[in-house]
Amino acid sequence: MAVYNETVMEHFMNPHNVGEIENADGKGTYGSPVCGDMMQITIKVDENEKITDAKFKTFGCGSAIASSSMATDMIIGMSVEEALELSNKKIVEELGGLPAAKIHCSVLAEHAIKSAIYDYAMKNGKEYAGLEGYDPNAEEDHHHDDIEEE
Amino acid sequence: MKQVYLDYSATTPVKDEVVKEMLPYFTEAYGNPSSIYSIGVNAKAGLDLARQRVADLINADAKEITFTSCGTEADNWVLEGVADKLKDKGNHIITTKIEHHAILHTCEYLEKHGFEVTYLDVDKEGFVTPEALEAAIRDNTILVSIMMVNNEIGTVQPIKELAAVARAKGIFFHTDAVQGLGNVPIDVKDLGVDFLSMSAHKIYGPKGVGALFARKGTRLSNFIHGGAQESKKRAGTENSAGIVGFGKAAELAREGLENHIVHSSVLRDALWQKIEANIPDVHFNGPRDRRHPGNLNVSFDYIEGEAILLMLDAYGISVSTGSACSSKSLAPSHVLDAIGVPITRMNGTVRFTVGDFTTPEDIDYVVDALTKVVTRLRELSPVTGQEGW
Repeated sequence: MAVYNETVMEHFMNPHNVGEIENADGKGTYGSPVCGDMMQITIKVDENEKITDAKFKTFGCGSAIASSSMATDMIIGMSVEEALELSNKKIVEELGGLPAAKIHCSVLAEHAIKSAIYDYAMKNGKEYAGLEGYDPNAEEDHHHDDIEEE
Repeated sequence: MKQVYLDYSATTPVKDEVVKEMLPYFTEAYGNPSSIYSIGVNAKAGLDLARQRVADLINADAKEITFTSCGTEADNWVLEGVADKLKDKGNHIITTKIEHHAILHTCEYLEKHGFEVTYLDVDKEGFVTPEALEAAIRDNTILVSIMMVNNEIGTVQPIKELAAVARAKGIFFHTDAVQGLGNVPIDVKDLGVDFLSMSAHKIYGPKGVGALFARKGTRLSNFIHGGAQESKKRAGTENSAGIVGFGKAAELAREGLENHIVHSSVLRDALWQKIEANIPDVHFNGPRDRRHPGNLNVSFDYIEGEAILLMLDAYGISVSTGSACSSKSLAPSHVLDAIGVPITRMNGTVRFTVGDFTTPEDIDYVVDALTKVVTRLRELSPVTGQEGW
């Protein structure tokens, strides 16, 4: 018996896409060790604006690591626009649920992805509807306040 | 898979001798101890023996021991009972910032009902000084409550010196000894305490039973109201099997105290030495001396405690996090905060407690698994090796 379901435990114990892509097209971080969790995501994007690879490094609890693994799995193969639409709720669904107190870990993953795409957009002069009003520096202090609970 | 339990401060397994003594009280001496026919009287006799054994463990008189449902009840009772009894004399209580929530949350409750509470600071090892206590005492102080042994970092307070300060001013002194019982020698007459809280399940006894020592001559309002059980001090049909188990556990704790202290502290020290030798960037929290013999509290840089706990669980190892993973509902440790551990380090803190069933092989197994787990989690972490992370 564990506090997390089997899918979450599998993604925590044997996480996918661990590491950092060299010469990544986009790199984003979200959270900080002071908050108790921090996630870094690097992405590779091809000329058709499709995400061909994603890797993560995470400081955090079991569900933060599992959310990172699942979220990177989900965005590989997606277009940048599709990835921007990926909500924390969808990540939680794919994980088969998280305890209420851990939902913020999925929010962390959603924001880290946005942050990596923002970096890609800035470097390449691209604009996306999903990034409208997005400020990667504004949210650091508040990332626990916008939790979308089930 | 091998199982290694290193969370004896959370609870302990019940020893076989204890279980054996409890069993007849479920099926044979099952009578209500208040009944005057034989099976009731037999149950009552079990309570009397248990009371004597618990009293002997702390050098009290049996009449000074009242059984409760747990240590938390004893803590709630003494704070609310003294507050109520002495409310005409004063409304000020002194405690510390590192108490168990059973004390802190009861103090917060009393603050909502007209009482004032001073929470004493502790030094970087978690100690309270008699001077700080003396300075906090006011004319309207009615109770001082300071824990004997801290549950997170193992600090053993100078209770005798602290109690002397309160006694000199005629103020009641309570100590929450839930983590101290069976881990440090306790003599209530020598310590000079007026009240002392205990729990059975931390000393290889059953859950669901605790006790309050109230020195003869102390004043305390009742907390649980009802029948005339426990000399009219604590109502409710006694948990006779549980109390009998507490009594046996207390007897074993008294007889085995020296061995327990040596066994635990040798293994605890070995655990720390091996962690320090095998894993870089680790920090020892709490005092080196005057510490709970089985307690080790360690911070691992760059990683988070719950992740360590869960990965160790996969190796069959049970430990506690020193601090809950940050979220809206789970706050970092108030104890680590009080001793000045930086918040980044607080998140990666693990509490290990060894006990009577821990073996040297267990320690080696844990260090081996821990080394792998910490290495793995640091590979996953974006802050590993960073200056001032």
